[in-house]
Amino acid sequence: MRNVHLPETIDELWNIWEHDPEAVVYAGGTDLLVMLRKGMVNPSSLICLERIGELKGIRAEGEEIVIGACTTHTTILMNSLIRKHVPVLAEAVKVLGSPPIRHMGTIGGNIVNASPAGDTLPPLYVLDARVEILSREQSRLVPIKEFILGPGQVDMRRHEIVGGVRLPASPQYAIHHFEKVGRRKALACSVAGMAAVLNISDAGIVERARIAWGSVGPTVVTSPAVDAALEGRPLSEATLKTAIPLVENAVSPISDIRASAQYRKTVSGNLLRRLCRYSHSAHTTRAGHK
Amino acid sequence: MKISFVLNGEPVEIDTQPDRRVVDVLREELGLTGTKESCGSGDCGACTILVDGESRLSCLMLAAQLQAREIHTIEGFEQLGRLHPIQEAFVEIGAVQCGFCTPGMTLAAADLLNRIPTPTRDEIRAGLAGNLCRCTGYQKIVDAVESVAARGRHEAHSTEEDR
Repeated sequence: MRNVHLPETIDELWNIWEHDPEAVVYAGGTDLLVMLRKGMVNPSSLICLERIGELKGIRAEGEEIVIGACTTHTTILMNSLIRKHVPVLAEAVKVLGSPPIRHMGTIGGNIVNASPAGDTLPPLYVLDARVEILSREQSRLVPIKEFILGPGQVDMRRHEIVGGVRLPASPQYAIHHFEKVGRRKALACSVAGMAAVLNISDAGIVERARIAWGSVGPTVVTSPAVDAALEGRPLSEATLKTAIPLVENAVSPISDIRASAQYRKTVSGNLLRRLCRYSHSAHTTRAGHK
Repeated sequence: MKISFVLNGEPVEIDTQPDRRVVDVLREELGLTGTKESCGSGDCGACTILVDGESRLSCLMLAAQLQAREIHTIEGFEQLGRLHPIQEAFVEIGAVQCGFCTPGMTLAAADLLNRIPTPTRDEIRAGLAGNLCRCTGYQKIVDAVESVAARGRHEAHSTEEDR
């Protein structure tokens, strides 16, 4: 039998770790409890973070939007600040898992889990999110790109937790887009996903583009070459087509039970190519299937 | 470990292991076998319950997490011998085949209708996307939820006319 601690404050959490240093933390439980059931992990005790109020909620703080680590995907999806300033994140969360998974799963969990297929990660990369890491002694801020080291690997030390994630509210992007391709429309680990934020001039020229792909590399794939290939040109199919070889060069997918590496490569390029369809809408989302 | 919570409107206290899964507590300790288990990994929705009114998966929750929560299972849906409107619609429209997914579907539908009282068919499909029916009777299930929503609309409408 394992003990399950339910701290209500962060201070309580540090005290629990002092007396039970091997205890493992979880938030929504949608990943850890599956691994526990399969026998992949066997912690001596658990700490459930879902009741720590300080780790929940979404607020504007100066030039940033701060999302507490234990904020559920459903809360993010419904939040007006998110929908207004960073809709690309809402669009990704909309197609993450299923309603009950979104009611349970948290953004902090999705980040720490560092799955190559984590749906919130491509949006966090294009938005230049910073992850706030807390320990009893200090807090530190690490850019998401540096925080995620590899599949399931993050820059965290013993007895640290993710407190939240900070998104710069500027630059403001006019186009926020997320599209995911999976084997099914819901409850599907993505085969490939893409987040894109862009600004387009009145003359239709891409002024700034930030694109990121999920599920097609050990971590989220970004490519300064692809971003640069779009900037200064019209957001047309011709422009996007010229960037496709750069996309195929940037991604490094594997073949697994969901799709082959070649398929993922092709889809990564096609997701970019489809961007011209959405160039006139403020924000868009799609969850396709093979 | 003693755990107190409200189950289908009644306060209960149980003494169990804190790391037992909620689906096992419900089925094995409390004898409420309406909550089903199929995949055990959050992919099928058979074990859906309502926690403080929100749908959650009881296979991915531990007993300790029940403390002070308000839990609804399918057993609490029938009131004074009368089926819940969602259940009535499932029966009338024939949205039940083998029945294994039905408790989870019913609770998922309740969560959806709490959020969106008159959903479109697409919204119904999205709202039930976490629940698998292996008889693949989705059409009738969507019809049933749609009819509950339509009835809700009708009732609200007639109440207004009565005034």
